[in-house]
Amino acid sequence: MSLIINWNDFTPISALIGGALIGISSVVLLAARGRILGISGIVGSLLQRANTPPDHYLWRILFICGILLATVIGNIFNLIPKLDIRSDYSTLIVGGLLVGFGTRMGSGCTSGHAVCGLGRLSPRSLLATITFMASGFLTAYVFYQLM
Amino acid sequence: MKNLLTLFAGLTFGFGLIISGMSNPNKVINFLDITGNWDPSLALVMLGAIPLAFLGFRWIETSHKTIFNEELHLPGKAHFNPSLLIGSLLFGVGWAITGFCPGPALVALGTGSVKAIFFVAAMLVGMLVHDRILKRVMKSNKS
Repeated sequence: MSLIINWNDFTPISALIGGALIGISSVVLLAARGRILGISGIVGSLLQRANTPPDHYLWRILFICGILLATVIGNIFNLIPKLDIRSDYSTLIVGGLLVGFGTRMGSGCTSGHAVCGLGRLSPRSLLATITFMASGFLTAYVFYQLM
Repeated sequence: MKNLLTLFAGLTFGFGLIISGMSNPNKVINFLDITGNWDPSLALVMLGAIPLAFLGFRWIETSHKTIFNEELHLPGKAHFNPSLLIGSLLFGVGWAITGFCPGPALVALGTGSVKAIFFVAAMLVGMLVHDRILKRVMKSNKS
């Protein structure tokens, strides 16, 4: 086992700027709607039946439309680097099931726990973030180095 | 105005994912695969996001209301249960083998990528399996 940093692919400035945009977005959503920016929660709740439909669906759908709009604009102006999906279809399906099931069971994903939760200094989100990061690092080691 | 800001938040989030590199599964995998050809960039995404979230949230939470004077819906911070750990563990596995977490998967979906469509469809099924089936089984066991 060795640690080799790939400096060629290292993009600190765009990572910081993109991260800052994600942080700003979470603040705007809380300020405007009083809601936490958690994608698994937003998508998962849309799949549930609601007692108060307009209140339940509207902001979630608007937010997702915003994301899709960013993709469309990004595509038009060629801002999106070619998507590099190396996984085959069976891996994507197993991974998708695990991500969907796991984020609902763990009440959050990278946005809800690792950005908003840590931003709120939530011990619960810290525990979740440490768990999925550790699980991610370990799985990557086993899946890409040992298998 | 409220709706416009919500759309704007989604747009900003989407651009954040695109610019940061989070929306590129291969970059995510190169970040998680430490002993491979390690690309530490994505650690800086959190470094860029969390301090701004921290400052903004503190400002909002001190007023206890949104800027439109409505309630905040904030989850608890100290509620620990096995589901939190097991769920996060499973999420980490799915994240590492595909390079997708839910937000970037939506960005990829917007590009029309067939692989992304498969991933998102499976993700939705995983969510439904948890929310509809598992919760119902657990409820009926209790009663």
